[in-house]
Amino acid sequence: MSTAPFIEIRHLSKAYQRGGQTVPVLNDINLDVMPGEFTALMGPSGSGKSTLLNLIAGIDKPDSGMLRVGGLDISQLDESELADWRANHIGFIFQFYNLMPVLTAFENVELPLMLTRLTRAERRERVELTLSMVGLEDRATHYPSELSGGQQQRVAIARAIVADPSLIVADEPTGDLDRVSAGDVLALLRRLNSELGKTILMVTHDMQAAKSARRLIQLEKGELGAPASEPGA
Amino acid sequence: MFVLKLIARNALRHKLRTGLTILGLLVAVTAYGLLQTVVDAWYAGAQAASSTRLITRNSISLVFPLPLNYEARIRSIEGVTAVARSNWFGGIYQNPKNFFAQFAVSPNYLDLYPEFVLPEAQRQAWLRDRKGCLIGRQLADVYGFKVGDVLPLRGTIFPGTWEFVVRGIFEGSDETKITRQMMFHWDYLNETLRKSAKQRVDQVGIYIVGVQTTEGAPSVARAIDATFRNSLAETLTESEQAFQLGFVAMSNEIIAAIRIVSYVVIAIILAVMANTMAMSARERVAEYATLKALGFPPRFIAMLVFGESAVICAIGGGVAIAAMPYVAAGFKHFAGEYFPVFEVSTLTLALQAACATMVAVAAAIVPAVSAARTRIVQGLRAIG
Repeated sequence: MSTAPFIEIRHLSKAYQRGGQTVPVLNDINLDVMPGEFTALMGPSGSGKSTLLNLIAGIDKPDSGMLRVGGLDISQLDESELADWRANHIGFIFQFYNLMPVLTAFENVELPLMLTRLTRAERRERVELTLSMVGLEDRATHYPSELSGGQQQRVAIARAIVADPSLIVADEPTGDLDRVSAGDVLALLRRLNSELGKTILMVTHDMQAAKSARRLIQLEKGELGAPASEPGA
Repeated sequence: MFVLKLIARNALRHKLRTGLTILGLLVAVTAYGLLQTVVDAWYAGAQAASSTRLITRNSISLVFPLPLNYEARIRSIEGVTAVARSNWFGGIYQNPKNFFAQFAVSPNYLDLYPEFVLPEAQRQAWLRDRKGCLIGRQLADVYGFKVGDVLPLRGTIFPGTWEFVVRGIFEGSDETKITRQMMFHWDYLNETLRKSAKQRVDQVGIYIVGVQTTEGAPSVARAIDATFRNSLAETLTESEQAFQLGFVAMSNEIIAAIRIVSYVVIAIILAVMANTMAMSARERVAEYATLKALGFPPRFIAMLVFGESAVICAIGGGVAIAAMPYVAAGFKHFAGEYFPVFEVSTLTLALQAACATMVAVAAAIVPAVSAARTRIVQGLRAIG
C-alpha cells in the first residue's frame, strides 16, 4: 500500500441554503483514505455522510477546504472537467440502483463505456466479463423490471466497475435489499476490494453492512466522530 | 446508434401518452395541410393563368361593359395576336345552389385557351349550333351532362329561360386546369338581347387579348389603355393572373381567417407537445441525474430530450405527410363542388414538415434546458 493518501480532505465545509437560512452540513472535515481501503461512512440521518460522499465523488462542490482525490484537487474543477473526471475515475452504486429502465442489463453496464474510445467489440467483451464477475451473464438481455432487487444492484455494481474506476462510491447499497441479497452485494464489494484492489467508500447506517468494510468512519452533526476503527479487519 | 436506441425507447415508454400525442400531431399537421391546400385552391385559377393573355375590362368596374367595336381596334394594336369576347352570364341551373360559371364567348375563344382540349368534331358541332354550348369535364361529372343534353338556365343578369344544347365536353390539359365552367355563343346572347333589351346589345364584358410574347405584354396593355383614354368607356388591361387575383382579393378576409386557423391548430399541438415533453423530462429527472453522475455532459441530456421530441413529431408528422394525398382526395370527393382543383403542393408538404420540426424543437427547448441544468444531487433525491 502506498503511503500517499488516495483521498485527502482538509478543513472541508459545506452548507445548504434552506428557506433563506444557511444550514451547515459539514464542518471542518479532515480525512485521509488510503488507496485500496474499503471504508464505511456511518452516522444518523442528516449527519452529512451522503453529502461527504457526493463531494468526494465530484457531484457536489464544497464551500471551502481542500478535497484531493488521486492527487487532484477536484474542488478546483469546473462542471465539464468534473464530468470527465467522474467518467474516468468514479464508479457509482446507488441505494435504488438507478438503472435505465429502457435499457437491458447489458446496455446499462455498457453505459459508462459509451464515454470511452473503446470499439463496439471491446465494449462487448468488457461488459460480458463484468456481468460474469457479478454472476449475471445469463441475465444480459433482461430489463431491470425483469430482475430482482439484488440482481439490479449487481447490475449497478457491474456498471460501476466496468470502466475500471479508481474509486467506487456506494450510497446505502444494501438499503433497499433483503438480508440475503444484501449479503451477496456486500460479498461482491469485498471481492472487488480484496481481489481487484478497488478503493471503496460506502455510506450506510446498517452496522452489519459496515462490518464488511475494513475501516469505519463515524459522522455526527457534520463532524467526524471517534477515530477510525477497523470493523471488518 | 446507442443514443438513438435510448431516445426511441424513451419516446415509446408511455405508449398511451405517446400514442395520443402522435395522434394529435397527425390530426394537427393534416389539418394544417388541408387548410393550406384550401388556400391554394383559392388561388388555383390565378396560378393556371397564362402570361401571354391579357384581360381588358372597363376601368370603372367589371360590372360596366365595353363596346363591341373595341375588338377591332384592340386587334390592330402591335403585338396582339388574337382578341376574344366574354360575358358573364350568371344563370341558375334548376336551383341557386347549383352554382357554376357560364360565359358567352366568341367562336375563337378556345384558340386562346389551348389548355382546354376539345375534340375537333365536337368543336365543329358547337360552331354549327347557335344554341350549342361547351361543358368542362369537371362540371359534366358533377351534374352528369352528356353531349346532346338540353341544358336550361334561368337568367339573372339576362332575364328569361335560356336553353342550350351540350355540343362538346372539353378536358383540361392536366389536372391543375379548372374545367368547371360552361361556354356558349356570345352571338346567341347578343341576338336574343336585340329582341328583348336593345340597350344591352353589342356590349362585351371583357376582352381576352392574346399577345406574342410575355415580355411584350406590359407594353401591349399600356397601348390598349392608351387607345381608349378619354373615351366614354376607358379600359383597364392587366395580365390574366392579376385579373384572377382581383377576384381572390374579394375573399381576402376568408383566406386570412383560414390561415389564422391553420396556425392556431399548430399552436395548440405545440402546447400539447410541450406538455408531453415537460412531463417526460420531469419523470426522468433521476435518470438524467444518474447519467450526469456517470459523466455524460449536459448537452447529452438535452439531446435525449430533443431526440425524444423529434421521434414523436417525426412519426406524427411523417404519417400525416404520407397520408396527405389520400386525405386530400377524400376531401375533394366531398367538397370538389367548391374546389375543382384540390392538389397538395410540394410547398404544402414542405410546410407541414417544417411545422412538425418547429413543434419538435419548440416543445423540447424548456424541458431540455431544465433537464440539462438539473443539479445531480437534486436529481438523485427525486428517486425512491
